[in-house]
Amino acid sequence: MLKDDPKRDDLTAVRSRLRAASGPEYWRSFDELADTPAFQELLHREFPQGASELLDPVSRRTFAKLMGASLALAGVTACTRQPAEKIFPYVRQPEEIVPGKPLYFATAMPLAGYATPLLVESHEGRPTKIEGNPDHPVNRGSTDVFAQASILGLYDPDRSQTITYRGEIRPWGAFLTAIKAAVDAKRALGGEGIRLLTGSVTSPTLANQLQQLLVEFPAMGWHQWEPAGRDQAREGARLAFGEFVDVQYRFDKAQVIVALDADVLGCGPHSLRYAREFSERRRVTGGRREMNRLYAIEPTPSATGSIADHRLPLQAGSIGPFALALAAALGVPGTPAASAPHDYASWIEPLARDLQQHRGTSLVVVGDEQPAAVHALAHAINQALDNIGRTVVCTEPVESSPTDQLSSLRQLVADMEAGKVDALVVLDSNPIYTAPADLKFGERLMGKVPLRIHVGLYHDETASLCHWHVPAAHYLESWSDARAADGTVSLIQPLIAPLYSGRTIHEVVGAMLSKQAGQSSYDILRACWQQRSGLQGAEFDTFWRRALHDGMVANTAAAVKTVTARTVDTGGIPRGGKGLEIVFRADPTVFDGRFANNGWLQELPKPHTKLTWDNAALMSPSTAERLGVERGDVVDLAYRGRQVKAPVWILPGQAPDSITVHLGYGRTRAGRVGTGTGFNAYALRTSQAPWSDHGLEVHRTGGHYQLAATQNQQTMEGRAIVRSAPLEQFRQKPDFAHHQAPAPPRALTLYPEHEYKGYAWGMAIDLNTCIGCNACVVACQAENNIPVVGKTEVSRGHKMHWLRVDRYYTGDPERPTAYNQPVPCMHCENAPCEIVCPVAATSHSSEGLNDMVYNRCVGTRYCSNNCPYKVRRFNFLLYQDWETPTLKMLRNPDVSVRSRGVMEKCTYCVQRINSAKIEAEKANRQVRDGEIVTACEAACPPQAIVFGNINDPNSRVARLKAEPLNYGVLEDLNTRPRTTYLAAVRNPNPEMPDAGKAHEAER
Amino acid sequence: MAQTFHRSANTVFVVTLIGLVLMVGGLIGLAYSLQGSPYVTRAFDARAQPIQFSHERHVAGNGIDCRYCHTSVETSAFAGIPPTKTCMNCHSQIFSTSPFLEPVRASFRDDQSIQWTRVHDLPDFVYFDHSIHVNKGVGCATCHGRVDLMPLMYQVQTLQMSWCLDCHRNPERYVRPREAVYQMDYRPPSNQLALGQKLVAEYQIQKLTSCSTCHR
Repeated sequence: MLKDDPKRDDLTAVRSRLRAASGPEYWRSFDELADTPAFQELLHREFPQGASELLDPVSRRTFAKLMGASLALAGVTACTRQPAEKIFPYVRQPEEIVPGKPLYFATAMPLAGYATPLLVESHEGRPTKIEGNPDHPVNRGSTDVFAQASILGLYDPDRSQTITYRGEIRPWGAFLTAIKAAVDAKRALGGEGIRLLTGSVTSPTLANQLQQLLVEFPAMGWHQWEPAGRDQAREGARLAFGEFVDVQYRFDKAQVIVALDADVLGCGPHSLRYAREFSERRRVTGGRREMNRLYAIEPTPSATGSIADHRLPLQAGSIGPFALALAAALGVPGTPAASAPHDYASWIEPLARDLQQHRGTSLVVVGDEQPAAVHALAHAINQALDNIGRTVVCTEPVESSPTDQLSSLRQLVADMEAGKVDALVVLDSNPIYTAPADLKFGERLMGKVPLRIHVGLYHDETASLCHWHVPAAHYLESWSDARAADGTVSLIQPLIAPLYSGRTIHEVVGAMLSKQAGQSSYDILRACWQQRSGLQGAEFDTFWRRALHDGMVANTAAAVKTVTARTVDTGGIPRGGKGLEIVFRADPTVFDGRFANNGWLQELPKPHTKLTWDNAALMSPSTAERLGVERGDVVDLAYRGRQVKAPVWILPGQAPDSITVHLGYGRTRAGRVGTGTGFNAYALRTSQAPWSDHGLEVHRTGGHYQLAATQNQQTMEGRAIVRSAPLEQFRQKPDFAHHQAPAPPRALTLYPEHEYKGYAWGMAIDLNTCIGCNACVVACQAENNIPVVGKTEVSRGHKMHWLRVDRYYTGDPERPTAYNQPVPCMHCENAPCEIVCPVAATSHSSEGLNDMVYNRCVGTRYCSNNCPYKVRRFNFLLYQDWETPTLKMLRNPDVSVRSRGVMEKCTYCVQRINSAKIEAEKANRQVRDGEIVTACEAACPPQAIVFGNINDPNSRVARLKAEPLNYGVLEDLNTRPRTTYLAAVRNPNPEMPDAGKAHEAER
Repeated sequence: MAQTFHRSANTVFVVTLIGLVLMVGGLIGLAYSLQGSPYVTRAFDARAQPIQFSHERHVAGNGIDCRYCHTSVETSAFAGIPPTKTCMNCHSQIFSTSPFLEPVRASFRDDQSIQWTRVHDLPDFVYFDHSIHVNKGVGCATCHGRVDLMPLMYQVQTLQMSWCLDCHRNPERYVRPREAVYQMDYRPPSNQLALGQKLVAEYQIQKLTSCSTCHR
């Protein structure tokens, strides 16, 4: 039926085409590069063939019936009038609420223990949109994809809704009695046999409760387990500094950065801050002609790698030897001199020289997934480079009780095996799904523990094997606290009463404590803070209100420690291995699997692969060729006696002979959205090598699996879409971007000029700082009520995101240079879409917005056909969920919910523009610069997106548009886009072996 | 050969033709006037409400300002329907035993909203903002009519887009001084056009007719 089946990558064609290529050569996928006829066909069609036909087999008879019925119904509907609406006023209106005006509350989202400080928009008691807390030092208002999408998680109708005991519904009181009886039975033994399993804990209140619990029951055990945890980084710091410390980097002080398998800008609790500080030193606007330099050495392409000046694909197991060679070249004490020859030898010397030249302003960063010894070595390198105390700052640990979580889990399993565990309380963790496969957690848990209690958001894999299940309250329904990456404590306050009578962990732990039984989490939290602050009465109230209002407790950042890295024992560094390597990574969208039931995250195109709804075995083109597999082929991944079937995805820039699999898929009890998507990579993961190991075998099965990627859709043929140059060239010719594709003279148009007397809205996107993290895409989805369409629809080219992030490559497919380009509507001044609409459903506003009027649209799709940027989205089917009650609460009331047959697209968040304009008009003033912040701009961690009034020459956006780097995509068509880009500038080291190669494209 | 048609056929034909044109025109006219008629717009149709609340009594009779109940009209898009508490401010003292007010007391007692039927109901794809209109000198009565003369609430305008555009294109015909916005018996002066032009300049009233002004 579909003609756009994943097309086979014709590597020979790719190669020959690359050999023949000259001049700027950007490409997005192998299909494009190979120029296959199938790709050409796809390219020249607006939507893939068959996109607008109904897929379900409908017989002629059914068709006639349907048509008859719809004709009759259409006639009937024409006769009805708008149904009467009811208004339900408050009985006693809360003082702060003005109906129609949103309120904002500061709170924080805990993820793997660490808080992301937030400001949540609430409409008459319904939280609808997440923003970052602008006053908080760790994110300054930005957010990541997980925080943005967590609002959908709150309203997820699949969350568990009742307390159950052996599958039967029980009241909370019954649970309290049961857990009390369980702990009382062990009171005489000091709680022996009772075990708690939590994720990482930074919450001071929970830590305090657990401490009390351990005082009351000294023999009780507390285990922590995060499947995508930071065990190795934690241990590495301990090895280097002799004690548990948290290591924070100062990217605002770092000129030369070496990222060793470290996606520091794209993921992890510090990433929002790092991305912002990194981008501050990278901007070449406002007359700056200096920028930092980033080297990325990594097995699988990451956000950090996509913005690097030099990127080396290297197996995860070779990162250690690379670090060792680098340390030896730098003369780090205790490192052996040159080891065996390796293919990255040419990198070491110039890299070491660059670092030496930047002592105190350089930085060597290692990813959380690398072994502890590599972390320790990196700390020693930083010590040798005088970076400790300058670009590397060590603080007291933010976690309440830093432990090696893998050994903690192993201990628990051993005790269960030995029958020492009588009761296991699993708090917001899903070990049955996430525990390493060799621990056989499920089998052991099932048989040997007499009482099993699970507290969690979903009735998941673990809940299904537990006696008791208590639905947990979502963080937006909870009173709690958590520490951000820098240690600052955020109070978590609820935005809404629990939708499904969920309980917080504090309440469950409180139920086990004799002093706190039956207390609400609010009481527990307040009591804890009363104790911590040492304040009483009115003084405490002031403190409490201030902390809630600000979203943080002042002066709680982790204390800085002065430490010195010790000489390292290099024995623990892996020596690399032979054969194929398997690399495990947390998924960039569903993380460790906890977000598997979140449709926004499932449908979010993953960075680099642009895959949706699935994970895959990612491999480099050469590896795929050697293994004789093509995209979508199903292979058997065999590793240490375990096997998993996975589809192949060929990823340029993946290290050769290294296969990356993302965790978080293949869930069996995630919910309607997440169950059955992708394959379960945890099934291969062992406790000996949780992140990477050699010894993988790949066997072809002959099967084929359709993967839904957004990669080949809306391609902008081979034009100068992304423009880029090395720093040196930029210095000599700052306006290089204009020479790559000059714009025609303004007068060259048949249409009359629009006049923009008042405001003229515009946007500038800095390609130099965009890391392709996708936060903007989810923020847009949340703000604009954008539906989820599902895998089948995505594979037919029907994705609905108003804002997409395109990824382009230059150079060798094995070692390409990547560029990210967010593409919203361009709001052209000479908009091709406007003139072709037969019903004037899209028209030009007096401020230059390209308005889209849904109620006028009849769905001809001419506009989309005529849009050179392919930013318009059509509701081919009824994508929006109009039925589920909780999802109705999620919607932004300021944006129309679109139905079937209607075109839609980016509006520059016109609801925010209008609301700011109305406020300004009422105060009799102009809208101030920065007063209107679009959803994408607000979320952007590196602050690459700037929106404003281009008629005001002093606005930030007007100043950016006056930069020499500023260019419009396809401006040669004379569309005069209002969204423009600042060309990317890379800062290659001329001494590096790939310096010429990576950037020859921009000759 | 005899003629097939009688001479009168000519007349019949002409009359039929004219009749046809008139009929089509008439049908179009009918549809057009029907579209704007109270039958479709439900103007002048007093809706059934849970309480026989009289604006006439409260506004004209007691002289209560619009903003006593519709508190958010100056700050929010939504003018606001008063919470039961607002009713009870007076009605816990006045007519506190009246059977007509039982639903109010019941609401206050049981903490359940009074379910009013919306009278001025714009389609869901229209985003109207009260605050900017009253701040720019559009009187309540301009759109809602003489509420002080309505024992039961009804709509007096079509609330159709052409009606909105009428004012958005020519605001000078309708604006009034800000201090008269809430005045029910305000009569436009004979020099409305001159006054309107002055107010348009003074209040910096823009003629906003872009689609996204109301639709988004």
